[in-house]
Amino acid sequence: MLNLTRNTRTLAVLFTCTALAACGGGDEAADAGADDTGADAQPQVVADAGSITGSIDFTGTPPTPEPIDMSAEPDCAAKHDGTPTQRAVVVNNGKLANVFVRISQGVQGGGGAPSGSAAVDQDGCVYDPHVVGVQTGQEVEFQNSDGLLHNIKASPANNRPFNISQPTTMTSRQTFNSPEVMIPVVCDVHGWMNMYIGVVDHPYFDTSGQDGSFTIANVAPGTYTVETWHEVYGVQSQQVTVEPNGTAELTFAYDAGMAATAVVPLGDPIDPHGVHASPGAGVSHPAAHATAAGSR
Amino acid sequence: MGRVAGMATVACLLGVGPLVAQQEGHPGKPVYDRWCAGCHGVDGQGQGPAAAYMLPRPRDFTQALYQIRTTASGSIPTDADIRKIIDEGMPGTAMPGWEEALSSAERDALVDYLKTFSRYFETDEPRVLEFGGAPGVSDELLEAGREAYQTLECFKCHGQAGRGDGASAPTQADADDFPVRPADLTQPWLFSGGASVEEIYRRFLTGLDGTPMPSYADVLEAGVVTEEQLWGLAHYVRALGGDAPRVREVVAAARVEDVLPTAADDAAWEDAERFWIPLAGQIIEEPRWFAPAVTGVWVQALHDGRELALRVSWNDRSESPDPEWAGWRDQVNAIMAPGAGEQAGGEASDGMAVWFPPPDARDRPYFLMGSERAPVRVWHWDSRSGAVERLGRGLGNLESLPADEGALQGQAEFDQGRWSVLLRRPLLDGDSAAATLIPAGQPVPMAFMVWDGDNAEAGTRGAVSSWYYVQLTEPTPPTVYALPVLAVLLTAALGLLVVRRAQRRVRTPAAAPAAA
Repeated sequence: MLNLTRNTRTLAVLFTCTALAACGGGDEAADAGADDTGADAQPQVVADAGSITGSIDFTGTPPTPEPIDMSAEPDCAAKHDGTPTQRAVVVNNGKLANVFVRISQGVQGGGGAPSGSAAVDQDGCVYDPHVVGVQTGQEVEFQNSDGLLHNIKASPANNRPFNISQPTTMTSRQTFNSPEVMIPVVCDVHGWMNMYIGVVDHPYFDTSGQDGSFTIANVAPGTYTVETWHEVYGVQSQQVTVEPNGTAELTFAYDAGMAATAVVPLGDPIDPHGVHASPGAGVSHPAAHATAAGSR
Repeated sequence: MGRVAGMATVACLLGVGPLVAQQEGHPGKPVYDRWCAGCHGVDGQGQGPAAAYMLPRPRDFTQALYQIRTTASGSIPTDADIRKIIDEGMPGTAMPGWEEALSSAERDALVDYLKTFSRYFETDEPRVLEFGGAPGVSDELLEAGREAYQTLECFKCHGQAGRGDGASAPTQADADDFPVRPADLTQPWLFSGGASVEEIYRRFLTGLDGTPMPSYADVLEAGVVTEEQLWGLAHYVRALGGDAPRVREVVAAARVEDVLPTAADDAAWEDAERFWIPLAGQIIEEPRWFAPAVTGVWVQALHDGRELALRVSWNDRSESPDPEWAGWRDQVNAIMAPGAGEQAGGEASDGMAVWFPPPDARDRPYFLMGSERAPVRVWHWDSRSGAVERLGRGLGNLESLPADEGALQGQAEFDQGRWSVLLRRPLLDGDSAAATLIPAGQPVPMAFMVWDGDNAEAGTRGAVSSWYYVQLTEPTPPTVYALPVLAVLLTAALGLLVVRRAQRRVRTPAAAPAAA
């Protein structure tokens, strides 16, 4: 029974691959689209732009943050008040931080690209921020403020990986060419250091702050699907309609019990609703077409 | 399962799946399926039937992630990079070189076939790095390299002595989350990407993709180090270990006139000749062990006519049980001995054993610690309980010996990723001169086994050698040197005499007609 299921899935995978190989003509169109929203593009004025704001609510008892033994790096330990802890689950007053929020469906054409790069600091042997979003082609600037050896190893599924060394205070820049939610980044020198990067081919994303809030601005009027991603509690999505010059409010509800069953995808895109039902669910996802261009 | 399958589908969509259409009828396919698929799998995912017996695991070609390249971190390799690995193999891993086994055309076809496992070879171009040429080694350059080893903090993973025992070593994982060790820099002959200074330098800039070893190209570009310092580092790393040691069958135990050393760090050992004895995983007796941590032992032997002293040294990244390595031990146990449970991990102490045929043995016993019929004398050292002599009747079947024969002394030192163990014992068994364990002047069989407790090794799970020999040697008496000289002089004198007599006869007039 199990084997049969596996074979069926393998066939589905093969079929999908072959089908996609057969219609590779879409690549160039996707490339052109990517250029429109590339990092070099100037912020565009969106007529009657509105915004999406909201918060990530959390109910239940969050797990006690895991303490980090930094005795091997006293200089890092000294940068923290008390015992440093892991940042996988950060809950303040019933609000969940470090949730990556993005529009997953409904974006038409370009939008305002953020100028400059997304900054990630290594300070006190932890990544700051713990979760960050960037656009395809936009630079991620990795800063080493610790002045001791870190390596930055990104292990994407749909982008090329990298593993760079920073033995002292310095800055390195990297870019990702394909959308991917999310890309894990670790430091092998310090086994406790990890973070996630979300790569999206438009500027409509944010990460929930310490107060659980997020804002996606400069959104053209229309109806969108907004998807959230959390490394422990998984993905959720909601539809939202942005009125001209309006502000749409969204609230996502996470609870402690979700950790047990959460599916935490790494590597965009996976339909959060289809993943349990059918392994081929990702096929129907519109983002798949944009990413079929591959990384160039 | 659903999640994994879903991701596989997506992975195909996004360009990491194999190009099935290109594989049919490809000239490399029959070669690959016959010679490579056993480990790397027909589908190239590195999960062939033999993969479960390997750590590190075989390469997953669908990721286009190659360790040994001439290209930037994350870049696909060049064709020549892939060909080099096929030709030369990867020392220290299960990957052999195929230069002798396959024709050049077959290997070219393989290179091309491997590329069909990933779409990245269609969409990406290799980003080849510039390396320049190696400057000749000098004291200044080596010193610069020694400093760079500190400023670049290589020791964090590779350890101050380079034995791969740095503070971050126990938590390292490869791209598929299998535990992976930082290279032991004192054994360059096991460097997976080659041991030349040029190859070492290249790896600084390329990193080893899929492993924790990062690229230092940014560091060079940012001016944190100069090219010269990096070349110095390459020379320094290369100098941490020598060439592959020559394996000699017979360990010569020199006779000392002074007292035999009583400690593993005795200065007397510095002048004693070292013999390298390679070890391999014990894969004959169940449960087998395919992931040994120790690659070989250095053996030194001295005797004074009454006792034999052995010093056995080997690189081991931890003094087991080390709590920092507990996670590693559990992982290796789970991966390489699934279902064995914690029991297989034993006490997680380190151990070493060396065994010889007993004094009354007629034939050479079975090399794996003897057998029921033909036992061996086992000198067994354990990092917790010390040294004891036992009777071995097969691997893991040790019997205690009467107390008066338990004259074995042991003393051990652990220093920066290396064990040195001294074992010392009288040559005679009890008072009987007839029962000599190591008779003088003849080679006596000797074999070794080493266990690294933090690598989940105990019992049959460890690294073993085949039979080698130890031979007690006596210092050469002065007559050995004097006699040949005497013989030469005597011969010369005799020759001279003969010549003289012959010449005298020629000059005699009466003899002249006879000679004509």
